Amino acid sequence: MPEMREQLNNFPILQNVFDKLSRTFPGQELVFSFDRQELAVRVPKEHLLKILTFLKDDCGFNTLSDVIGLDNLNIRKEGEKRFAILYQLYMFPAVQRLRVRVEIGENEVADSIVPLYPAADWAEREIYDMFGIRFAHHPNLRRIYMDDEWDGFPLRKDYPLEGKK
Amino acid sequence: MAFKEIELNMGPQHPSTHGVLRLKLAVDNEVVLRVEPVVGYLHRGIEKLCEHHTYFQITPYTDRLDYFAATQNNLAYLLAVEKLAGIEVPKRGQYIRVILAELQRLASHLAWIGFNANDIGAMSVLLYGFAEREGILEIFEEYIGARLTIHSLRIGGVPHDLDAKIISMILAALDSIPARLKDIEMLLSDNRIWKHRTQGVGVIPADEALALGLTGPALRAAGVRWDIRKNIPYSSYEDFDFDVPLGTNSDVYDRYLVRLEEIRQSVRIIRQAIAKLPGGESRATVPKILKIPAGEVFHSIEAPKGELGFYIQANGSEKPERVKIKVPSFINLQSLERMCRGYLIADVVAILGSLDIVLGEIDK
Repeated sequence: MPEMREQLNNFPILQNVFDKLSRTFPGQELVFSFDRQELAVRVPKEHLLKILTFLKDDCGFNTLSDVIGLDNLNIRKEGEKRFAILYQLYMFPAVQRLRVRVEIGENEVADSIVPLYPAADWAEREIYDMFGIRFAHHPNLRRIYMDDEWDGFPLRKDYPLEGKK
Repeated sequence: MAFKEIELNMGPQHPSTHGVLRLKLAVDNEVVLRVEPVVGYLHRGIEKLCEHHTYFQITPYTDRLDYFAATQNNLAYLLAVEKLAGIEVPKRGQYIRVILAELQRLASHLAWIGFNANDIGAMSVLLYGFAEREGILEIFEEYIGARLTIHSLRIGGVPHDLDAKIISMILAALDSIPARLKDIEMLLSDNRIWKHRTQGVGVIPADEALALGLTGPALRAAGVRWDIRKNIPYSSYEDFDFDVPLGTNSDVYDRYLVRLEEIRQSVRIIRQAIAKLPGGESRATVPKILKIPAGEVFHSIEAPKGELGFYIQANGSEKPERVKIKVPSFINLQSLERMCRGYLIADVVAILGSLDIVLGEIDK
């Protein structure tokens, strides 16, 4: 990935993060992208907690802005998993952002990152509520917006806009 | 007295919950042990609606998030779309956006001072705060014809230029606000009852606030210098000279002081923007049908309530594949439990008010 490193030449802090990550997790299918000055990395689901812990403790990404759920039903390529979860991290006070992406298949359970970033608590509940993705070891995994008895997950692409009849 | 845990419901129709928020309190006599906020009563599925509308049609929906600061919501959304589509806003448009956004911050903070004081029992401040906010809403009415959900910005810039009449209205409002702030300060800052109700109440240490994702004035009251206008400037904020007020005690009183000072700083920013207003166009040429190639972007701004961010994923069509809104009130409300633990039931009202939440934004 030497071209990737070159793209980050004007962003020494991000370049340093890139170096540390590729050195610590060699051959673990980290896929980097740098677009519109935003660095993103796709990580394998089974290494998510390890990599986030490393990013928090050793790279300085001390806070979490948001956790974002995606349903790629209509845009995924053959063989790709249906869901994705994005963790929008930032480094304070150095002010750098990083987006970590993990792919989740249907009926797969994601790992909760609440022990690592307490701010993720409600965001993960929201993803469960809207997409039906379950999080292992979440302290209080219940619906947050919809009624507890609600049938279906509104932000899934196959959930009709008008609601179910 | 023997320990006895009682569950107490506050809301969803309680007047100090500012909308329909329900708090499940676990109390031991008057002391709060746990707080569990229950949200969702206003959930309208704005993120789902975004997936079914064009980029232009989405802007008015964002007005309905934090309806006390509609322009700020527009700005956050538009900056994300423009970053994604590679649209450059002319300098004059950026300055007018700053003027409108800061006016909106003034309106939001003035309403907040009134509400929070009213919650705690100082009723007259509500009227002073709203009287000044009224002057700002009249400016919006003159500019765009609406007062609350005003849809005052467009992709590529602003819909209208500022004419001489609006500028004179803005300057008149800026002249009257500092005098009114003095009145409010006279009523509250050294008021023994106010201090008793707010000082040392709702304290949260800075490191815990950061870990819980707290942003905005409440985080700055904990002494953390995190203001996106300074740290990651957008829409030409780097051109203006202003201070980021910080608190030291991280209590309700400091949050009040921080917002009061932010009002003064916003007045400074608007004056500079009007004085330095560049010439030229105020809106870039944007295609009538805006199709954005596949890509993703996350952009956030410093809204009156904290960090407001939009994640937008484009799929090549005129509608986005996914829009995720990071609303400050939702994340900030997570810290409520930590702030209330160990205080009295009456303090919950003061602490909730000091967070400055809006349910329209939390429930999306």
